[in-house]
Amino acid sequence: MPDVQPLQLHVPEPEVRPGDQPDFSNVKIPQAGSVERPPVDVDPKEIRDLAYSIIRVLNRKGEAVGSWAGSLSDEALRDGLKDMMTLRAFDARMQTAQRQGKTSFYMQHMGEEAVSCAFRKAMEPGDMNFPTYRQAGLLIAGGYPMVEMMNQIYSNEADPLKGRQLPIMYSSKEHGFFSISGNLGTQFIQAVGWAMASAIKNDTKIAAGWIGDGSTAESDFHAALVFASTYRAPVVLNIVNNQWAISTFQGIARGGSGTFAARGLGFGIPSLRVDGNDYLAVHAVAKWAAERARRNLGPTLIEYVTYRVGAHSTSDDPSAYRAKTESDAWPLGDPVIRLKNHLIVKGLWSDDRHKQAEAEVLDGVIQAQKEAEKHGTLHSGGKPSTRDMFEGVYETMPPHLRRQRQEAGV
Amino acid sequence: MPRMTMIEAIRSAMDVSMGRDDDVVVFGEDVGYFGGVFRCTAGLQQKYGKTRCFDAPISELGIVGAAIGMAAYGLKPCVEVQFADYVYPAYDQIVSEAARIRYRSNGGFTCPIVVRMPTGGGIFGGQTHSQSPEALFTHVSGLKVVVPSNPHDAKGLLIAAIEDPDPVIFLEPKRLYNGPFDGHHDKPVTPWSKHPLGEVPDGHYTVPLGKAELRREGSALTVLAYGTMTFVAEAAAADTGIDAEIIDLKTLLPLDLDTITASVKKTGRCVVVHEATLTSGFGAELAALVQKHCFYSLEAPITRVTGWDTPYPHAQEWDYFPGPARVGRALRETMEA
Repeated sequence: MPDVQPLQLHVPEPEVRPGDQPDFSNVKIPQAGSVERPPVDVDPKEIRDLAYSIIRVLNRKGEAVGSWAGSLSDEALRDGLKDMMTLRAFDARMQTAQRQGKTSFYMQHMGEEAVSCAFRKAMEPGDMNFPTYRQAGLLIAGGYPMVEMMNQIYSNEADPLKGRQLPIMYSSKEHGFFSISGNLGTQFIQAVGWAMASAIKNDTKIAAGWIGDGSTAESDFHAALVFASTYRAPVVLNIVNNQWAISTFQGIARGGSGTFAARGLGFGIPSLRVDGNDYLAVHAVAKWAAERARRNLGPTLIEYVTYRVGAHSTSDDPSAYRAKTESDAWPLGDPVIRLKNHLIVKGLWSDDRHKQAEAEVLDGVIQAQKEAEKHGTLHSGGKPSTRDMFEGVYETMPPHLRRQRQEAGV
Repeated sequence: MPRMTMIEAIRSAMDVSMGRDDDVVVFGEDVGYFGGVFRCTAGLQQKYGKTRCFDAPISELGIVGAAIGMAAYGLKPCVEVQFADYVYPAYDQIVSEAARIRYRSNGGFTCPIVVRMPTGGGIFGGQTHSQSPEALFTHVSGLKVVVPSNPHDAKGLLIAAIEDPDPVIFLEPKRLYNGPFDGHHDKPVTPWSKHPLGEVPDGHYTVPLGKAELRREGSALTVLAYGTMTFVAEAAAADTGIDAEIIDLKTLLPLDLDTITASVKKTGRCVVVHEATLTSGFGAELAALVQKHCFYSLEAPITRVTGWDTPYPHAQEWDYFPGPARVGRALRETMEA
């Protein structure tokens, strides 16, 4: 074949790098209310287009429009706003605490607050989330005590995980929050297994798996979709597409696929794409998926389209790989401001009320922080005992660990 | 007492466990309708239904990952990886997840799973049907690692593993599935029906995890072995006439150090035998422990007889497999040292 040219490897690049003008003109944003809400028992084949669109409820004026609107009461909307404000204030305080050396590490949720806070409200007691490290809203909105979260972050004497885990790797069975692992993707298939177990026992509880855009490239993602599809597991499979995996733009994980949600279609799993900065849309879609699961109609895949406003972690500096003003250009805006505006439009809220609420929320976080710091921070005050280091490897401590504990002098 | 092959004994262990506890579920590739490529799960789906025993997609990480999620819910999954050589896709789930969930959640979540897998060579299995990866698991805190050598122990240890509150890697020497094998590959193999260790009680019993057993009492030296190598060691002792004390370790992690040290302190000599490759193999841990705990009793260097540090070959099966001739030579050399 004389006309064959040398092959060339394609390596996707984000269109904008540091110093460039942010540009999201390629992100197609459908009008709020334009995507119809199908019945939960819809034939998955009939809603394939939902994997390529974006379900949105709040329009530019802050009104809730379309068939996905109306899943939340006025009270629930106010609670939702407070949850997101609390998570944001919590993040800010803990970020500062890390800079002050009170802990070694922290990861913020800035811009993604609606995803986990609204999702939590679609879950029932007894359901189980298998979160990543960026869904603390599940705990905040679920009423888990902030003091306990801080005790864990500080690895202090009251740390529920006894100082064994890196900060923010929370765990609470009672609050339906599975133990977070540092290994990406692993929990996605575990969520499917948990859901299979619930079905095996003819229970009515459901599971939710969580994964980021970058980690969808892990094999566990693929395994989770195969198992969820094969066994029609009662699980909601959540992909939080915040555009970035540390420094790597989402195109590296997504490749030539149109959307992350579209990955579910090949597995026969109903797959929806939702405005992740729209508290009402996130809640409505989560509720739809949860109802499908609970009615034994099988799994649902949801891609939350959002933007990671903050650095990846306290160890990261995004200005090295993306434009500084990129988050300002993000077309889906700020989830807190959008819900705030909606409440104002509905006559349920005001700017003054918001300022007051911000002060109240901050006060609550500071009170919790004071309480937690009474039990110590990473390098000062009370800490977990060295004996705790040897406990819990097994239910019963085997002889070799007893010998090592003795050798350690504890 | 009924006689069973190791396959029947393993099947019986799952049957007994599933009958006693509705939370025990069994799944893996070809495990359901077909009953497993080695027949270890034959009949279980018919007896307990397909939500208790079922076929899985060909995804080792999926099988183990799903089992971990089920265990977090409260089930007791006993899953199969078709060959130990194929466990590596699940290694992250086993090492990073199963082994650590209790520790990292401070007991909030636990992982009482069993991962069964046929292991070992001597069957012309070539590179990917012969491996002995136990050292990759004994290095992981939070796991228990079990290798039975006969039908009686296989059933008792597997029931104990299923009932154990922690994750257990259960390695089944497939060379021993149908009968004991001492490495004399040129001689006919006797079936388990003609061996006293083929006597297996029908009902429930356990063989405790973490306990070794003397397979042969002796005074000249101690042989530490497990799985197929317990029979090879017996043959080597018979062939050489050396009065070896042979210990079947049964559980590698946690290890029964007391039984080992009592024996080596008595004999003053120690030979470690395993099929797995030498370098950083489990034998290194055994040798280091014996050296530390029995130093003043040792009259000879601790010797290891193992597979060579090569991938498991096909045509050179009997040059690779540490048979009775190589083990016998090590016994003699240790006596002469």
